[in-house]
Amino acid sequence: MKSFDYVRASTIAEAIAASAMPGAAYLASGTNLLDLMKTGAARPDRLIDITHLAGLDRVERLADGGLRIGALVRNAHLAHDAAFARAYPAVAEALLSGASAQLRNAATVGGNLLQKTRCAYFYDPFSACNRREPGSGCAALQGENRLHAVLGWSPSCIAVHPSDFCVPLVALDAVVEIEGKGGRREIALDALHRLPGDAPERETVLEPGDLVTALRLPAEAASFAGHTRYLKLRERTSYAFAVVSAAAALDIADGTIRQARLALGGVAAKPWRARAAEQSLAGARPGEAAFERAAEAALADARPSGDNAFKIELARRLVVRTLTLAAAGTPQRLPALPGSPFSSHPGAHA
Amino acid sequence: MSFPISLTVNGVKRNVELDDPRVTLLDLLRERLDLPGTKKGCDRGQCGACTVLVDGRRVNSCLALAVSHDGAEVLTIEGVARGNTLHPVQAAFIEHDGFQCGFCTPGQIMSALGLIAEGQAGSDPERVREAMSGNLCRCSAYAGIVEAVLDAQKKLDDSQQRSAA
Repeated sequence: MKSFDYVRASTIAEAIAASAMPGAAYLASGTNLLDLMKTGAARPDRLIDITHLAGLDRVERLADGGLRIGALVRNAHLAHDAAFARAYPAVAEALLSGASAQLRNAATVGGNLLQKTRCAYFYDPFSACNRREPGSGCAALQGENRLHAVLGWSPSCIAVHPSDFCVPLVALDAVVEIEGKGGRREIALDALHRLPGDAPERETVLEPGDLVTALRLPAEAASFAGHTRYLKLRERTSYAFAVVSAAAALDIADGTIRQARLALGGVAAKPWRARAAEQSLAGARPGEAAFERAAEAALADARPSGDNAFKIELARRLVVRTLTLAAAGTPQRLPALPGSPFSSHPGAHA
Repeated sequence: MSFPISLTVNGVKRNVELDDPRVTLLDLLRERLDLPGTKKGCDRGQCGACTVLVDGRRVNSCLALAVSHDGAEVLTIEGVARGNTLHPVQAAFIEHDGFQCGFCTPGQIMSALGLIAEGQAGSDPERVREAMSGNLCRCSAYAGIVEAVLDAQKKLDDSQQRSAA
């Protein structure tokens, strides 16, 4: 690992000031960053440890019914918060479908949002990778690419964002709170990650020094609690990244879908909100016909970036399955295997 | 430049002058605090052999920088038994053949301790398997590991009930 300076920030202002230097990176739990530093894919000159910042490890109910989750809240802590899991069951399911118990105990909410792609060529400093080394090319284009993007990719980069957590969050209109040199601002999570275009190295819209301080869920997000699921197809049932995943949330009244939310994971460089599919579901009766139309709409623009055409059909079928299970009702208790499409829990018909 | 940190390891306060911020918690334990029971497997957070409890939570010590753990309370496999009396989780791993070569075992046991403290798995073997999926066993002693965790959890629950009665 390349050597670096270590700075422990005791206030947000101190952290932002310390990050002004080029080559600086924030360190939270480091489950992703340290791994990248060990391979040499990340080579920061200076780490600014934000784990001792006060007040960023809280989950607060807001007066308007929304929820603010501090950036340093641990993934496991949030997923096992009973009130959180009741209000946002698909988010809890997504969290628990990711990584291992050890990693979820360490990894933070803010870190999850900002984790890097798991593209093997990004991790390998000896491979061409425009995302890691602009202008060097993309080894994945002619390489092992069956798990790569089918939506929103460009010839400069076909990597996917690996987060499970972000998928239901983007469906539920989560908002990211940011502090930076210019003060405090907020943006929709949907606007945080960038598609690669011709500048894949700019992974997010964050500016140097920007610090994600919290994540917010609007009050309305809890209205889907009765009909929501996160399903994740992976190459083994636990402790693996998604091949494709889907979060569905339905507001059903009098046998009709009033409002639908749908997002896909493992398909693009960002969590993929499927708005056309949502529109096709609004006003429809829940059932196979409507769900298949939604799946077609969600994947209408998909095209393979390599040996991954199978992911498009897989994603379509997963959308139908996720909508079907969401319509059947959120299970009373999270399934033993979170995110598994094979779960036999019929669900409580809320 | 040196980085002084102070942490409690297996109940003992340790003051350490780190000469390099790159030292992981795993390397601190093994190489500088003479606690080699915690194993280095992949060193990438994938195998779980380095699992320890930090402030009561199981984590991969290979993906943790020691310097950022100033003030932490760490429990390693060396701090689990009471003198010559094995912890019920350790005893259950022996009783159920929850290992073969033993390399992953300290991590498995620390992970099992964390899992039991989390209280999420209960008596459901499927939930135990899922919750232990961050600990790989190349000898594939998984069947024994799951039995050991379930049995240890039951014994701990029973003794808790007895002491509460």
